[in-house]
Amino acid sequence: MAKRIEASNVSSYYGSFKAIDSISMTVEPKTITALIGPSGCGKSTFLRSINRMHEVLPNARIEGRLTIDEQNIYDPDVDVTAVRRLIGMVFQRPNPFPTMSIYENVVAGLKLNGVKKKSLLDDAAEQSLKSANLWNEVKDRLNRPGAGLSGGQQQRLCIARTIAVEPQVVLMDEPCSALDPISTLAIEDLMFKLKDRFTIIIVTHNMQQAARVSDKTGFFSIDKTGDPGRLIEYDDTQKIFSNPTQKKTEDYITGRFG
Amino acid sequence: MSLLDRELPGVAMTPDNIRTQKLPLVANLGVALAAVVVSAALVLGLGLGNWVLVIVLSWVLYLVGLLYAAGRVEGRRAARNRAWQSLIYSACLLAILPLASVVWTLVSKGASRLDGNFFGTSMNNIGARDANGGAYHAIIGTLEQVGIAALIAVPLGVLGAIYLVEYGRGKFAGTVRFFVDVMTGIPSIVAGLFILSFWVLIVSPWFNNGQPRFSGFAASLALSVLMLPTIVRSTEEMLRLVPGPLREGAYALGVPQWKTILKIVVPTALPGIVTGVMLAIARAAGETAPVLLVAGGAAAINFDPFTGNQSSLALYVYQQAGDASKYAPARAWTAALTLVAIVLILTIAAKMLARRNSLTR
Ligand SMILES: Nc1ncnc2c1ncn2[C@@H]1O[C@H](COP(=O)(O)OP(=O)(O)O)[C@@H](O)[C@H]1O
Ligand SMILES: [Mg+2]
Repeated sequence: MAKRIEASNVSSYYGSFKAIDSISMTVEPKTITALIGPSGCGKSTFLRSINRMHEVLPNARIEGRLTIDEQNIYDPDVDVTAVRRLIGMVFQRPNPFPTMSIYENVVAGLKLNGVKKKSLLDDAAEQSLKSANLWNEVKDRLNRPGAGLSGGQQQRLCIARTIAVEPQVVLMDEPCSALDPISTLAIEDLMFKLKDRFTIIIVTHNMQQAARVSDKTGFFSIDKTGDPGRLIEYDDTQKIFSNPTQKKTEDYITGRFG
Repeated sequence: MSLLDRELPGVAMTPDNIRTQKLPLVANLGVALAAVVVSAALVLGLGLGNWVLVIVLSWVLYLVGLLYAAGRVEGRRAARNRAWQSLIYSACLLAILPLASVVWTLVSKGASRLDGNFFGTSMNNIGARDANGGAYHAIIGTLEQVGIAALIAVPLGVLGAIYLVEYGRGKFAGTVRFFVDVMTGIPSIVAGLFILSFWVLIVSPWFNNGQPRFSGFAASLALSVLMLPTIVRSTEEMLRLVPGPLREGAYALGVPQWKTILKIVVPTALPGIVTGVMLAIARAAGETAPVLLVAGGAAAINFDPFTGNQSSLALYVYQQAGDASKYAPARAWTAALTLVAIVLILTIAAKMLARRNSLTR
């Protein structure tokens, strides 16, 4: 079910500014891939290019090929909303819909895509909240506003919302950067659990987290401000953290740079 | 020694100087009493003016006295804080004063004709010596005209704002925005003249055997011209306040853009949009000139907004206030009170609806 993603020579622009330059990498199904690197090197930009969220911003465009199971998602006859339904995304700051209750937040994707049957929605809500390790905390207050939860709970609510529509790939952009260590662990546990069903790509600033959760790691970097970000090294996480090929990678993970 | 200590002694805090003396409440009240006594003695004793001057003078004296006392007891920083605080409170009071006085005037003068007759009859066959006569026809007119105007302007305005925020990029959107801004400044009489020359004189003859015809609907058109820019602008501002990540959150679930706007963006901005719409409705309900120009005004009840003259509450107030009959002013006041009450009730009802929708449980 989960899909292989292949990026070849992907470059993304904000207007005339090139934010990432010729990124190529292959992500295997049902793996966790971590993207690490200093701030501003284009990790978010690359991640947002994978589900065509990049083009939401005015004047943003991308060059290159991005395929999911051999289908180029940037082909002109591809429906953006279909791509995004296939490739879900969890954002850096939790963004529950403020006018909706916890329950409505979780089933929002299903409901807005046309699922009407209450029993189906109820089941999906319970399943997703359970998968997101949130069910026990919220089962008595499903009708309370989602925005009233703590930061960590909100982020897990957003994860539940994302997996409720059963995408095949889940992109996570620093999902734990606003969370305390306990919530972070909860989300890491969750990722292991989700790995059986989804392909996961996560951007993180936390090196231990990358080492703990991921199968493969990509290291992004820039030469100097104003230059586009590049993928310096992409390999098994084990290899990147024990014996990286590139000097830059080694400097970064040993804390000598960035 | 820190920079603050060197440059501004007494500003930097040390553990020894975090305590200050507080001006006791008794002293505060004492200053107030002294201010009143002194200014009363001064103004009334010397015959300078009446109680209004006493109040103004004692207010000034109180502020000065309080600042002086606070400066002596609490120190300079606290006194400056008090100065700003009292200025803000005074400004707030001054701003509320005219408002309260308007409401008070309306209620006290409008109460005398708050009776069944006023709300149940029109001005048909009411002469200068008749104490009776009501505003039933005018209330009907206002509700119908403003209602139809809202039916036209609210959907157009909200959809226009959605276009500007969510889709409008480039020259066309810029032009639209510019014209909306220009339209905001249109005087109501100009909107009335526009509808008079366009609708009443050119279009309405087609429906009336070649004769131009006044109607409540023409007034609705003029009012919707006035409401449209206000609604577009306020809705646009409110939609822009909806954070981008919220939209992206919906896109990431595979929700198409139009559904995201309808189900996520608009509901989030709804309370603000409703406020803007109600402001526009309140403004339209208070317009006199366009109604006079294109609906003509009437003394009798006319339920049909598409045929024949209609009155409205604002127009009724204008006509009664200028009427020679000694009973007319009372009618004018009551009609004004009614108009304010209608706008108030509508606003409260709309806000409650919007709040119920936006889940604050
Ligand atoms: N909305 C935007 N408009 C213009 N430039 C942007 C925008 N978002 C990011 N950038 C630029 O693109 C580069 C990469 O940013 P980003 O992908 O957010 O980096 P990272 O996530 O690795 O910190 C940075 O130089 C940043 O300034
Ligand atoms: Mg980022």
